[in-house]
Amino acid sequence: MSHHIVELKNLTYVYPDGTTGICDASVRITHGESVAIIGPNGAGKSTLLLHLNGFLWPSSGSVRIGDAPLTKETIRDVRRTVGMVFQDPDDQLFMPTIHDDVAFGPYNLGLPNEEVEERVNSALSRMGIMHLKDKPPYRLSAGEKRRAAIATVLSMMPDILVMDEPSTGLDPFGRRQLIGILKEFTHTKIIATHDLDLVADLCERAIIIHDGRIKADGPTADIFRDEALLHECGLEKPFSMQSCPICSPVPKP
Amino acid sequence: MADIARSFNDLNFLDHLSTGNSFLHRLDPRVKLLTVMGFIFAVVSFPRYEISSLLPFFFFPAVMIPLANIPVRYLMRKYLFLLPFAVLIGIFNPIFDREPFAFIGPLAVSGGMISFLSILIRFTLTILAAFILVAVTGFNGICLALKRFKVPEVFCVQLMMLYRYIFVLSSEAVKMARARELRSFGRKGQGIKPYVSLIGHLLLRTWDRARRVHTAMLSRGFHGKFYMRRPLALKASDVIFCLAWLFLFIVFRLYDIPAVIGEILTGAVA
Ligand SMILES: Nc1ncnc2c1ncn2[C@@H]1O[C@H](COP(=O)(O)OP(=O)(O)OP(=O)(O)O)[C@@H](O)[C@H]1O
Ligand SMILES: [Mg+2]
Repeated sequence: MSHHIVELKNLTYVYPDGTTGICDASVRITHGESVAIIGPNGAGKSTLLLHLNGFLWPSSGSVRIGDAPLTKETIRDVRRTVGMVFQDPDDQLFMPTIHDDVAFGPYNLGLPNEEVEERVNSALSRMGIMHLKDKPPYRLSAGEKRRAAIATVLSMMPDILVMDEPSTGLDPFGRRQLIGILKEFTHTKIIATHDLDLVADLCERAIIIHDGRIKADGPTADIFRDEALLHECGLEKPFSMQSCPICSPVPKP
Repeated sequence: MADIARSFNDLNFLDHLSTGNSFLHRLDPRVKLLTVMGFIFAVVSFPRYEISSLLPFFFFPAVMIPLANIPVRYLMRKYLFLLPFAVLIGIFNPIFDREPFAFIGPLAVSGGMISFLSILIRFTLTILAAFILVAVTGFNGICLALKRFKVPEVFCVQLMMLYRYIFVLSSEAVKMARARELRSFGRKGQGIKPYVSLIGHLLLRTWDRARRVHTAMLSRGFHGKFYMRRPLALKASDVIFCLAWLFLFIVFRLYDIPAVIGEILTGAVA
């Protein structure tokens, strides 16, 4: 289905203060792919993702979601297709209660009440925060906020899921839950994260960004095997791929 | 600096109260809005030297506050916080209007004093009514009711955003104040200078965050409409609630109740 293609062509974004956020990035992601965006702090991951729902407009280059380029005319449809979890959950929770926040999207889609309730309940229980339903967002812990923010997007049932560091602040069990949910989600996923084990677990493709430029783009396994590349970009192999120094000491060549 | 955090939590608290589930909370937002508007209109429409006939209106908050479970201490704090504004409005009356108006024994009370007092009473009544309204209806409910009263949608949404914006602004302020406090180690920091840049940052950060929140809303299909969980449906109890209060307000407005009671009492004595 060409509908869920994400394509960036020579995307460059310069912040108003002159900082280059992302420079000459070209990526094509097809339907059903699960792509990780990795890179050190300040690399430009968030900057890149924020172009996918029109929060930032490219200084030059273009963004295509589905069949049409992203313009002021198509933006409403694009936002309906792309579910975005922001890096800071506080940006995403703005209603008086968690329930209202999760229901906000489905209501705007014009769904009938019963269906909205159904979706809210399912999203809340999948994120394990059913008991927080009637709490106001500012009374939650950081991890609970993260779960709620993810629930607000799940209830929209988007075709493309974009997440900026979704596992930050989650406890190990929550992280497992998240990985489970993301595995179930068969449409396109784009995940920016520092959690390389999550990447190894979930994404068959990885894109490394360093200093605003795309340094590598390929199968996750290949990328994680390329130690020189990882080192150059200030990254480390995921724990699951590092051999345990206790049980299997690295053989001297 | 802890003050900022406190007043922010206070604001949150008002918002939080509106998620309660008392009889008042369950009433249709429209009748609550109408009742409070009727109340405010009656209170404000009195002539400027009126005092005694305003007093019966305290009956409304006196009944509503316990019914709505609003903590009185919290309400007093908010009220005292706003009081200086009312004083500011009325403070010149006693200075400009020195005409003696009444005598308490040998003491002449000027018209200015009376009208000042009247302003304070009216202010108190309106503020209490407004707090009660928000605490039992929530801001979303009020905006929805306004919309049903055919107030243009654009205006309702603006109002809504304005309200959200207060929260955004104050939470940014809290975070920054905390950061400054933690790094000044109980000393004065560096005097006034950090505050100047703090405020500059605050505006920028608020602006940024408001934009992000707005995008988050748009991302979830927001197109200028707010929905409420409790569907609007007028019940008999709603209508009775509204009519009963409005009737009472009209009576309070038309008759000077304390004077009437006084007459009856003195009449009874005589
Ligand atoms: N609002 C802004 N104004 C100016 N420069 C910015 C702004 N936001 C980010 N930058 C700069 O753009 C670059 C890329 O930032 P970005 O937020 O995309 O990094 P990131 O890869 O998401 O990092 P992290 O892993 O810390 O989230 C950084 O050098 C940052 O300083
Ligand atoms: Mg980031």
